[in-house]
Amino acid sequence: MADLYISEETADDIETAAVDAALDGRFVVVRESERLIRAGTSARHGHRHLLLPALHALQNAKGWISPGGLNYVCETLQVPPAEAYGVATFYDLFRVEEPAQAGDVTHVCVDAACQIAGAAERIAELKAQGVNVHESPCLGQCERANHVTGEVAVFVQGVGGPDSVAADDTPYELFHQKGDESLRLLKRIGVVDPTSLYSYRAHGGYESLTAAIEMGPEAVCTAVADSGLSGRGGAAFPTGIKWRAVAAEQGRPKHVVANCDESEPGTFKDRVVMENDPFAVIEALTVAGFATGAENGWIYIRGEYPLATARLQNAIDQALEAGLLGDDAAGSGHRFHIEIRRGAGAYICGEETALFASLEGFRGEPRSKPPFPTTHGLFQEPTAINNPETLLNVLDIVQIGADGYRSRGTERSPGTKLLCLSGRVAKPGVYEVEFGTTLGEVLELAGGLTGSGELNAVLMGGAAGSFVDRSYLDMPITLEDARERGTTLGSGVVMAFTDEIDLVDVLVRISQFFRDESCGQCVPCRVGCVRQNETMVVLQEKGSLTSERRQLVDDIAQVMVDASICGFGHTATNAINSAIKLGLVPGVPS
Amino acid sequence: MTDDPTSVVTVSLTIDGQAVEVPEGTSIHQACESAGIDTPTLCWAENLTPVNVCRVCVVEVEGQRALVPSCARPAEEGMVVETDSERVKHSRKMVLEFLGSGVDLDQAPELQKWMDHYGSDTSRYDQYELPALRMGEAPKIQDNLYIRDYDRCVLCYKCVEACGDDAQHTYAIAVSGRGFDARISTEFDVTLPDSACVYCGNCIGVCPTGAIQFKTEYDLRQADDWRPEDQDVTRTVCSYCGVGCNLELHTQDDKIVKVTSPADHSVTSGMLCIKGRFGWQYVQPVDTPTRKA
Ligand SMILES: Cc1cc2nc3c(=O)[nH]c(=O)nc-3n(C[C@H](O)[C@H](O)[C@H](O)COP(=O)(O)O)c2cc1C
Ligand code: SF4
Ligand code: SF4
Ligand code: SF4
Ligand code: FES
Ligand code: FES
Repeated sequence: MADLYISEETADDIETAAVDAALDGRFVVVRESERLIRAGTSARHGHRHLLLPALHALQNAKGWISPGGLNYVCETLQVPPAEAYGVATFYDLFRVEEPAQAGDVTHVCVDAACQIAGAAERIAELKAQGVNVHESPCLGQCERANHVTGEVAVFVQGVGGPDSVAADDTPYELFHQKGDESLRLLKRIGVVDPTSLYSYRAHGGYESLTAAIEMGPEAVCTAVADSGLSGRGGAAFPTGIKWRAVAAEQGRPKHVVANCDESEPGTFKDRVVMENDPFAVIEALTVAGFATGAENGWIYIRGEYPLATARLQNAIDQALEAGLLGDDAAGSGHRFHIEIRRGAGAYICGEETALFASLEGFRGEPRSKPPFPTTHGLFQEPTAINNPETLLNVLDIVQIGADGYRSRGTERSPGTKLLCLSGRVAKPGVYEVEFGTTLGEVLELAGGLTGSGELNAVLMGGAAGSFVDRSYLDMPITLEDARERGTTLGSGVVMAFTDEIDLVDVLVRISQFFRDESCGQCVPCRVGCVRQNETMVVLQEKGSLTSERRQLVDDIAQVMVDASICGFGHTATNAINSAIKLGLVPGVPS
Repeated sequence: MTDDPTSVVTVSLTIDGQAVEVPEGTSIHQACESAGIDTPTLCWAENLTPVNVCRVCVVEVEGQRALVPSCARPAEEGMVVETDSERVKHSRKMVLEFLGSGVDLDQAPELQKWMDHYGSDTSRYDQYELPALRMGEAPKIQDNLYIRDYDRCVLCYKCVEACGDDAQHTYAIAVSGRGFDARISTEFDVTLPDSACVYCGNCIGVCPTGAIQFKTEYDLRQADDWRPEDQDVTRTVCSYCGVGCNLELHTQDDKIVKVTSPADHSVTSGMLCIKGRFGWQYVQPVDTPTRKA
């Protein structure tokens, strides 16, 4: 036996079969004579990226990861059991104790949009019916939350069977711009058959890849740079700069990654695209691979998106069969393959370096930057990582050119933006708007407010974003205006709150979200999130804060912004502090 | 670069207004030391790869939005570093306060010194309305060699590094869980005798807070009889094999109470194996742990 110490518990046939199927023959061959000492470390790391799929297989087979099951995975992949356990316990969707209640787990969202639609009542109902309920952070279906019907987002985690979400057997009906001629990114939503390459091509699909191949990689990168496209995942980094940096790297394997982890509370735009126009994501990622010279495409998608995962996989399979992916993708002479990896319930894995760590089979802990992903990304190799919405923009850019692209939007925010409208609006859903549209117009587009009461606040950019009040209704939705007025577009969340909603309850939940989701690596964030949450709980109970507690709010925010490792800690106090500064929190002086 | 292979490329930077020149690749933290500026550290050690997670060593670098961890960031030509600005002082004070509010730092005198220096006040979190959440776990005593008291653990990752890639390559322990619930743990929290642990004690050697300590030390502390001021440290060479590891035998009342090795020693870098660390039964017998058959 190799060098690892593995305890005696063994896997049963169900577990072994599940893991074998997930690994599909791709594992380390361990021979009795082979001593994996130091030199073996690289062999171990070589297959470690299969750890997450293997853990998923165990979880799905039995509803938990048993010691015997973990041992089997550890032996097969040569991962030390303590480390594999450390990875398994990092994720919400994995359990390491036999669950008291067998069978499927029903995850019910308790984040803001669902919270104000009655998540607590729904959970009580389900529990009374004996359903195995697990309270979940935002499930990326915020448009389904409805305070009139009491519907909230649900994700069913299967045991011995598939996972499912509400949309499984119904066509998607919550898109309100269907057929709008001015749409760029969403033009095929509700129009194209998301399961058919034929239908995709009939609606203009793969014309962009053809155009890109004609232009050549350098011209594509130039067009993307000239278009002024910036990242839609939250940080708004110029995409052209990123692609050129990766394109310039030579001599090492390169990667392009679609960051489909979409877990920012209030965000569901990527899901709508992936479920309803999956081929577009595959085509756009292929263009990215072609432009940057990367042969390896990866899609890291959150574990709670089973329908999107299935549709993307189907799209990959069909594209491969049609020669649009593969050793000579679309006749470009460029080799390009795409592999999908599922996350397992961890918001932090959307942070790019945490995503790499997670995909590589380690705990989803962010890494220090510098070095940046363009030189040291996935497997420490050059990597361009983008949000799927960012990628979709490229499909238009290569067809209409940078100037054509800039014909809409503003000088500094060209193009259009997907916004996720939720909360107390009449028609929640994803909307594509031209940059420069005002916040008030956006709310009107979504049918205006619903329920009784006046608009009190809008959460912009999600839990990591900030609250704004009515005085922002005239703010044009652009990167520059948001920055100037001290808020953010973030991932495109626009969540409306009327004055009949107690904002303090929402702030308590937001602080709980950060407390639950911090990776725990660095002290400012690990402890700061807990102390912030305690302060919000006190506020909820007492209706006000002592001056000492009020001082803590500021002190905690400053150390988290200044000294945390990653964007999570840098933004985890934004929503609460913005609400306080705007005077939206009774009992707390701004 | 010159062609002379012995010449060292240096970089010049400014720290607290003072011009400092250091070899290329030197960390800001080391540059501070060379300028006589003392910097608190917790997760950094000279014999381990920097993980830069504790953030107690942060400094302000001109032009950088956030503060940077001085232990891991190399000094660069022309850098302007502040180690005593209001932001730096605030962050260091808060990081120490946060740690002290959640774990027991009684046996970490170095940290306490810095807490006094920065005016950290852990009582701020224990306000009457809601006491601050603490780790709050009983010590794990699973054998006669060493104990683990995670109520004292600051999650500096040092033990994990020493057990893993940085020294021992045994990987018996890792970080498990997430956020405030993260803990150092074996797989499924099995006892050490049931784990991969080979009792090299390297985790004890690197732990900065007494969360992992010799059973002998633990017992004496429990009996209120741990007297560092009465202890002698005798440096010797391990007699078991020919490698030549240096040992420091800590004795109290002429009895060995713990064994360390100097971190700067060329052979050990502070790391030992079970024989040097615990193999003094022939001087004073103790029970050895047994792994389940
Ligand atoms: C805590 C945290 C979570 C994030 N989650 C996501 C996410 O779910 N999807 C995403 O595209 N970007 C996310 N990001 C941003 C990524 O780190 C990265 O900037 C982005 O994927 C780059 O793609 P873009 O340039 O196309 O926006 C997150 C960042 C942080 C700090
Ligand atoms: S800021 Fe928070 S999420 Fe980011 S590394 Fe630190 S603990 Fe982890
Ligand atoms: S004694 Fe050695 S093997 Fe055991 S946990 Fe500590 S470092 Fe790892
Ligand atoms: S047990 Fe000690 S060395 Fe290990 S993480 Fe905790 S404080 Fe650090
Ligand atoms: S799904 Fe409930 S808030 Fe997003
Ligand atoms: S000592 Fe530098 S981050 Fe811990």
